[in-house]
Amino acid sequence: MSDTETTATTAAGALRRGSIGTPINNTLAIARREFVSYFSSPLGYIVIGMFLLLVGFLFFIPFAFLTLGKATLQPMFNSISWLLPLICPAIAMRTFAEESRTGTLEMLITQPVRDWEVILGKFFGALGLLAVCIIGTFSYPVIISRMGELDWGPVAGGYLGLLLGGAAYISFGVMVSSFTKDQITAFFVSFIVGAVFFLMNKALIFFGGAASVIEYLCPDYHFASIARGVIDARNIIYFASVIFICLLATARSLESRRWS
Amino acid sequence: MATSDVMIETRELSKVYGAQRAVDKISFEIRRGEVVGFLGPNGAGKSTTMKILTCFISPSEGTAKVGGFDVFDDPLSVRSVLGYLPQRASLYPEMGVVEYLEFAADLRAIPKDKRRGKIKEVVEICGLKDVLAKTINELSYGYRQRVGLAQALIHDPPILILDEPTADLDPNESAEVISYIKEIGKTRTIMLSTHDLVEVKEACARVLIVNRGKIVADGAPDDLAAKSGSVKYVLAVDGGKDETVRKSGPVIEAVKRVVSDAVVKELPSDDRATLLEVSVKGSGDHRREFFRMAVENKWDLLELRREAVQLEEVFRQLTVGEGAPRRNAGSKASETVAATKESSSDV
Repeated sequence: MSDTETTATTAAGALRRGSIGTPINNTLAIARREFVSYFSSPLGYIVIGMFLLLVGFLFFIPFAFLTLGKATLQPMFNSISWLLPLICPAIAMRTFAEESRTGTLEMLITQPVRDWEVILGKFFGALGLLAVCIIGTFSYPVIISRMGELDWGPVAGGYLGLLLGGAAYISFGVMVSSFTKDQITAFFVSFIVGAVFFLMNKALIFFGGAASVIEYLCPDYHFASIARGVIDARNIIYFASVIFICLLATARSLESRRWS
Repeated sequence: MATSDVMIETRELSKVYGAQRAVDKISFEIRRGEVVGFLGPNGAGKSTTMKILTCFISPSEGTAKVGGFDVFDDPLSVRSVLGYLPQRASLYPEMGVVEYLEFAADLRAIPKDKRRGKIKEVVEICGLKDVLAKTINELSYGYRQRVGLAQALIHDPPILILDEPTADLDPNESAEVISYIKEIGKTRTIMLSTHDLVEVKEACARVLIVNRGKIVADGAPDDLAAKSGSVKYVLAVDGGKDETVRKSGPVIEAVKRVVSDAVVKELPSDDRATLLEVSVKGSGDHRREFFRMAVENKWDLLELRREAVQLEEVFRQLTVGEGAPRRNAGSKASETVAATKESSSDV
């Protein structure tokens, strides 16, 4: 789909405008390339392998689900929530940093695409890899459901929470990646900041009167809420706001390159 | 000429990085069908100008239009009508050649039914047939440049901006890329930056020389060389039995008697002859005087050649050291612009 028939009206004697893809087309093309590129290097396989290995370890070794005396995936979701601040920066670190370093960003941005199409494309490409990781854990609820009566509401909530929480961490990683040319720097900055926010939720006792504010700022608090199977609009709004603010900051970062 | 014939236009275009003016009030026009060489030493502002024209960076001051679209107001339309090959074209190394061209076609919104034909066409033009099955990281630098050129051509743009397309290529690869550019330049407007002046003379009908962010010359390569205001002679003199001629001193003195302000440089030669390069200001012809000088001194004149100063020399004069023309050259350049416009409107 394209708007090839559009002609310029902005300037006298202007050329006929060339083909410009629709926003969905451009975003999907960039997301597809981004997603496939993870599997052209060891990164995609390492991330998926590490994720599934760690989830498997955290899930089965302590037999956490058995200690609760009921069929539940709560321990698995808790385990994965610990992994998100580590895995998501690893997925997002290269989105812009690597392209800036190698110069491919210039090639991409000088195509007839809007900045936000590039940003969304990269964001969804990275989110796609996280989705593959999460889909890899689908065997666990199937196994557990055979061992006892599994309440699927919290399972669906848990997966939704994982996707939203992961998307928030990834959007932060994409933002950090847009500010640097070094993907290792991007990884460590987003990992450390993500880990701090994650841990703050575990140490609310130290924040006294500000505890409730701090708690609300921590992604893990909202994730835990959704993972209980309660879909509260406040949690959805929180994740949507984090994603929106981070991607908006990414857009500003790209824009600032033009003026620097 | 109609306004629509102006494909690239800048007016007082500037880009400031901190205290440094990378581009300093550049104004020029490039018309439909022109292949223009954009020359200048490293750091002169060539790439910055090209990045502004392709909307990768924004100007600090001034305006620029490509295909009639303003780079600031309508960047999407600008990018849709041009093909751009950045300096040292960076491509996604993990992608296959066809996969990369398909991605470029996707972003250019080329309909799926025409995509295969377009890719086939650019593969043909850029000589990529032999490497279609390879990934980009398996390609030589020359082939990567060709893939970069292919992506710039995939949507058949009327305007091409090529930033040093032959940098780091070996002479054979370079010659091939230049021949592609000449071929595609028959139907397109091309702005080409390079350091290789031989390529410029071969591919470009017009040259813009930029130095320290300013345009210091604009015109056809031959016109620029002629307007530089000096002529070079090559003289080879054989003294026969006259041993003194084997030492160049007497010949140089004689030459200086003929043209007092000549700059004489001795060139390497065999033992028997004295070979001199004589640079003389002005466009006069001193060959008769040099001939008479040889006759009067009973020297054999083995060679006498008059040649206009080459573009390389003009480039050096305009861009090297403190002597490089600044504001005066700007006005001189304006004259040249006017001269070029006159000559092009005659055509």
